[in-house]
Amino acid sequence: MKTWDAIVIGGGHNGLVNACYLQRAGLDVLVVEKNAWVGGAATSRELTPGFLYSNCSYVCSLFRPEIMRDLELPRFGLQVISYEGGAVFTRDGDYLANYRDHDAHRREFARFSARDAEAYDRYARDVTRQCRFIQPLLMRTAPDPTSLRPRDIGELMYLGRKFAGLGAEEMALTLRFWTMSISDFLDEYFETDVIKANFALSGIIGTALGPMSPGTAYVLLHHYMGEVDGSVGAWGYARGGMGAVTKALADSFRASGGTIRTEAEVDHVLVKSGKANGIVLASGEEVYGKLVVSNADVKRTFLKLVEEKELPEIFLRRVRNFKIRGSSGKVNIALDSMPEFPALPKDSPCYRGDMHFTDSVERMERAYDDWKAGKWSADPFLDMVIPTTLDPTMAAPGKHFMSCFVQYAPPKVGGRDWTDADRDGFAESVISQIAEYSPGFRDRIVHMEVRTSREIEAEVGLTEGNIFQGELTFDQLLFNRPVPGYAQYRSPVGGLYMCGSSTHPGGGVMGAPGHNAAAEILRDLKRGTKHMSPAHDVI
Amino acid sequence: MAKTARKTNASTRPPRAALQGHFRTLRLPSPLQPRIDALAKTEDWYTWAGYKAPLSLWDEELEYFTIRSQAAAFDISPMVKYRIEGADAEAFCNRVTLRDVSKLKPGRVHYTAWCDDAGHVLDDGTLFRLAPTHFRLCCQERHLPWLLDSTIGFDVMVEEETEAVAGLALQGPTSLAVLRDAGFAGVEKLKIFDLAEFPHESGMVAISRTGFTGDLGYELFVPAKLALSLWDRLFEVGRLHGIRAIGYTALNRARIEAGLIVANADFVTAEHAIRGDRLRLPDEIGLGFMVDAEKPHFNGRRTILAARANRSMKHVLVGLEIEGNIPAEHAIVYHRQKREVGLVSAAIWSPMAKRNIAIASLSRPYGDTVTDDLWVEIYAMRELKYERLMKRARIVPRPFIKLERRTANPPANV
Repeated sequence: MKTWDAIVIGGGHNGLVNACYLQRAGLDVLVVEKNAWVGGAATSRELTPGFLYSNCSYVCSLFRPEIMRDLELPRFGLQVISYEGGAVFTRDGDYLANYRDHDAHRREFARFSARDAEAYDRYARDVTRQCRFIQPLLMRTAPDPTSLRPRDIGELMYLGRKFAGLGAEEMALTLRFWTMSISDFLDEYFETDVIKANFALSGIIGTALGPMSPGTAYVLLHHYMGEVDGSVGAWGYARGGMGAVTKALADSFRASGGTIRTEAEVDHVLVKSGKANGIVLASGEEVYGKLVVSNADVKRTFLKLVEEKELPEIFLRRVRNFKIRGSSGKVNIALDSMPEFPALPKDSPCYRGDMHFTDSVERMERAYDDWKAGKWSADPFLDMVIPTTLDPTMAAPGKHFMSCFVQYAPPKVGGRDWTDADRDGFAESVISQIAEYSPGFRDRIVHMEVRTSREIEAEVGLTEGNIFQGELTFDQLLFNRPVPGYAQYRSPVGGLYMCGSSTHPGGGVMGAPGHNAAAEILRDLKRGTKHMSPAHDVI
Repeated sequence: MAKTARKTNASTRPPRAALQGHFRTLRLPSPLQPRIDALAKTEDWYTWAGYKAPLSLWDEELEYFTIRSQAAAFDISPMVKYRIEGADAEAFCNRVTLRDVSKLKPGRVHYTAWCDDAGHVLDDGTLFRLAPTHFRLCCQERHLPWLLDSTIGFDVMVEEETEAVAGLALQGPTSLAVLRDAGFAGVEKLKIFDLAEFPHESGMVAISRTGFTGDLGYELFVPAKLALSLWDRLFEVGRLHGIRAIGYTALNRARIEAGLIVANADFVTAEHAIRGDRLRLPDEIGLGFMVDAEKPHFNGRRTILAARANRSMKHVLVGLEIEGNIPAEHAIVYHRQKREVGLVSAAIWSPMAKRNIAIASLSRPYGDTVTDDLWVEIYAMRELKYERLMKRARIVPRPFIKLERRTANPPANV
């Protein structure tokens, strides 16, 4: 029977990135995916005729350009298109826009506060400084501070030097940034509610924390450190929906000789004498591999796919306690015409960007209060985009696909599982919020897909539907992600690696975990990594 | 939660909603735009602080000579302006800026700079004392949060007035003649850095004998709605004195000859410096002369004085005279042709000095105690090939030119 050089469990973007790099290093790699399609949480699916849905992730910025180049993704059809900022609607019939043009942005803020308008530069300077500190860490394996290996010591010294290279003031800011709440952070720069809400939203997306919870400032940074073609902090739409990212990866993988098996759900990992040597599919079929890489999150991997007895007790305990809480849902809508928002001028570029209805940090925090009480937010926070305003490939002319990312949605409702009625109630909270600002909105709806943590976990396999495969709080970052001592993509089981967003540097459609894991695997195999570009310079 | 659409008819919206449409005009027109557009034969624009501004209007070289032989009108409306007013206005300005504002009498202007608490320069600019309790601060970058935060404990108000106030620089040997013939009686009495208000139509125009050219010249500030009539008043009588409108390229040559620096061109302002080593103390960009150690406490005082005492200044800004006639813009400066010691931030062939001049930032001790054997490496693109020149550079005092007419009293009445 065939033994693969490597088996990758899960055809999400990180699994595919990992598989591509391994295959290109000369390994014979198999990707197994439980769904009939690949993509994980980066998919484009035609859920109703004529409409392509980015039904999980919906915008792109973090995906590393080094990976796009190495794996020739443009050749396989990947294009990312930048969009104009977006808007936060205010309850008094106005809105606050984000414009790409620096002076238009300032004038827009000046409509609300002359002071805040001019505070943006120092805010942007400080956030940029922090992004520049983190960016070089993304495409590197985090050092193990307890190890005495020269490589770890070298990497620790690199971190230390980078940290020491900051001025005293920046050093203090860095520590504050990694630990403080986004609300406290913004209070140091701005005084206007809607302006703070406009920035705070990046601190809570995907996180089971409120804007007043410590640790959310870092989450904002995580959303800022991406780029679209060198424009750091910019976000864009993948042409053809987010599935275009994973389609390009899958095509690149196959073109280099890789094999993908869909509808092949893994039941468990075969472990023999403490070493992984294959997988058993749900069908009972055994597939053998010299090593196994899991794109699934750390809980799914070690609590469902590996027998407990194979794992050290402390490791298991830490995996169980790893925070990977469901906090969000998704409402994906097909529209037979462009919705109108009377607050926005008809020619506003904000229609092409991300739109929001939560105009104060306090409303955001109240929405989080509902989550703590085990309810979906009565007044939810929405990150709403209409990618078809820029992407003609997802719907017929004049028709539109709208993606609404929704917070907060608890993993369980009042301690019990979600029901269909709950899901409908959750959807109604979203639709009624939009309709409040967009008359006639309901009449434009052709089809709607509602995804609570229940649906996301069932289909995509993300535990509790957590989009980052684990929260991006300081206790779960760098050499503590996912578990201290196992932050270098290896696990207590020999030959079993992790490559998902549960690992450093975390979630978002970034590809860095898959890339870094491949580098570690190839190191263990004493294979070359010449096909992996060095991380782009941050100068 | 309301189940019906929110009322959004125009009458219920807040007043700020009326300003939404600004996104359609990404480059704000200056209050003088109609006159400038009419003269813009080259259609050669750039963006200055969010405004549409001309690099040239008809011929950048001839525009330069207008500054030096006639009267050149340059629109300075885009300059950022703050109104500072109140009983403690003097004490506030003294606290924020480097020079001693108690020595700045009403009706005077001084060139100054201000720093953050770490002594790093936030900007340089001009402070106009219009009245005992009324100042105007003009600068390149925006500082409202800094200024407002600094008002704590002072009886003073700070207001941004960039769009409300138009500015026009009238520079050159015949500038006084233009103003005189335009009927600004007594304007000839203004000495360098003097300031006075003159009636113009329904309001007043503040005229100061200041400028950015090292020449005889004046700056006029007027409420935006009176800007066009002021322009017409000057241009009507100015025809006989050779008045012409100019763009920034011409002005930039004149300012380099005058040895003046531009924020975020010759140094990086503290609120924009992303890289920590780009921050500058006043002494590191040639503004040490402004620092008044004797006056009451001001922002950055402790660090600046400590750096002086410890001799820990890392940089120095110098004027260079370079062999030959090829401008050394953005050239690297070397010591002994080998060691990289700095960068040229601005350079031209000076028509007035007939010398190849430059402003450069060097890492101390170069430019400070080590001043010999300096070189610049010029890469001159000529027909798709870099001609590389290594030219000797000598440190010379700024300004590179000194024109007597700039300060002569009474000013030349040509």
